[in-house]
Amino acid sequence: MSHLPVISLNTIPQAVALSERVHWVGALDPNLRNFDIILKTANGTSYNAYVVRGSEGVAVIDTVKENFAGDFFTRLEAVARYDEIKVIVLNHLEPDHTGALPELMRRAPQARVYISQKAQSMLKALLKQDHFEFTPVITGDTVSLGDRTLQFLHTPYLHWPDTQCTYLEEEAILFSGDVFGCHFCDSRLFNDVVGDFRFSFEYYYAHIMRPFKEFVNRALTLIEPLTLNTILPAHGPLLRDQPQRYVQRYKELSRSALQSEINEGEKTLLIFYISSYGNTRRMAEAIYEGAMSVDNVRVSLYDLEGSEIAPFVDLIEGADGLIFGTPTINGDAVKPVWDLLSSLAVINLKAKLGGVFGSYGWTGEGVKMVEDRLRGLKLRVPIPGIRIKLIPTEEETQLCREFGHELALDLMGLRQAKVIDIADLV
Amino acid sequence: MAKASITFEDINVTVTAPAGTRLIEISEKVGSGITYGCREGDCGTCITKVTEGWNNLTEPSVLEDKILRENMAGKHNRLACQAQVLSGVIKVKPV
Ligand SMILES: Cc1cc2nc3c(=O)[nH]c(=O)nc-3n(C[C@H](O)[C@H](O)[C@H](O)COP(=O)(O)O)c2cc1C
Ligand code: FES
Ligand SMILES: [Fe+2]
Ligand SMILES: [Fe+2]
Repeated sequence: MSHLPVISLNTIPQAVALSERVHWVGALDPNLRNFDIILKTANGTSYNAYVVRGSEGVAVIDTVKENFAGDFFTRLEAVARYDEIKVIVLNHLEPDHTGALPELMRRAPQARVYISQKAQSMLKALLKQDHFEFTPVITGDTVSLGDRTLQFLHTPYLHWPDTQCTYLEEEAILFSGDVFGCHFCDSRLFNDVVGDFRFSFEYYYAHIMRPFKEFVNRALTLIEPLTLNTILPAHGPLLRDQPQRYVQRYKELSRSALQSEINEGEKTLLIFYISSYGNTRRMAEAIYEGAMSVDNVRVSLYDLEGSEIAPFVDLIEGADGLIFGTPTINGDAVKPVWDLLSSLAVINLKAKLGGVFGSYGWTGEGVKMVEDRLRGLKLRVPIPGIRIKLIPTEEETQLCREFGHELALDLMGLRQAKVIDIADLV
Repeated sequence: MAKASITFEDINVTVTAPAGTRLIEISEKVGSGITYGCREGDCGTCITKVTEGWNNLTEPSVLEDKILRENMAGKHNRLACQAQVLSGVIKVKPV
């Protein structure tokens, strides 16, 4: 940390030495404001690529977005000749890091590409060429550059299925790909000298990693035991100062949010409804009553009109079961329901329990549409939704209680074993 | 026509279905925790553990085997969007 590179704002003419053998050869993109449609950035981003020199060859780790290939090649040429490149590692195949790969392969045809097992079928679809030689690797595999060794860590879904991280043993450097990265462009490069990027780091996690918390936790079991001098992510500041802090932050962010509020053995069930004349609300209240009659189910009832979406998303992330009530209006479920259901891409819903209900006037298709949406979102929907024509009668209210009761039993794994014929399933 | 009996162990539901029915068609209807992405044998989302009756399902195709391998699935696993039931008793659960 004693010699900081002196660099003018947003331009770095040369490759930047990170150690005697490791160089940054990436590109800065200060003008970018929107990334992958789903992310904003107030000051651009960087595409970090790296060169590692061993006694028996050079490795290039990741490349850059295609229109920044010029910067990348200029920097690469400053520290290595193409014929020295023996290894190209792609930590994932997203185009912001593979954009310069076809040209790099053309210039260094002897190089071998190292990708994860899961990247194999994607490589072809992405690069539209078949003739690449590549080696699929997995945790524990290594590739030697003589006196430097790269070791691979299989970290799927952080954030693409094919994501891996690469560890340079001799220098305790982790090339982490998008993991621990953020969209923040600052030519000072290093985390101890750039501007305040904490917001960008958290924001990136919230939009890119949050859907995959379970996988983040698994990856952290591989990363935590490593000695870490430096983490070199594929976007944003290079984490040479206290890299472990960022690992710990990922750990905190990946803990389930409501864990501490719920007792051992309890499960949470959320009922959301919206109602114009109170009919769907009456159903909601009866379902609520029915669900509460099952032990150890913590049931909550929410009117969708009473909140912004973000807190509901947090609640849903921590919940075990979700029930949605919507009237049918003009042949559809209503917009606040769809708004909520289209805001859930940032969390994992896999195999949560789902259920749908609603009052209707003459067609009632809203319920089925939401049910299909829940299945599409990977919830399991064990009991067909219930629809009640206009105002629920006492009998129909009782049906709603039973619906709530059955769903709560299902949530607790207490439904009676059942044998049915497929023809009887709706 | 031959019928199979498929138990989804996570929800304790058994369904009888004619030979040739895909697991996906049954599991979605009963609301088992097996979940789906591409629905065409490409993504590995629907990897399912077969706890009984492996031979009462159609054989995995070469493509299914490849996806199972790429996803490092265990040897009792199938893709629920690909496997079809044949006859007899089959028991499955989400991985
Ligand atoms: C943040 C992010 C998440 C993605 N998630 C998925 C996904 O869950 N399933 C999928 O099939 N593709 C996913 N993709 C891949 C995109 O669908 C793919 O890159 C596509 O070619 C982009 O199309 P476009 O160039 O029209 O934007 C994801 C891509 C990004 C950047
Ligand atoms: S759902 Fe994608 S492989 Fe079955
Ligand atoms: Fe990415
Ligand atoms: Fe990226």
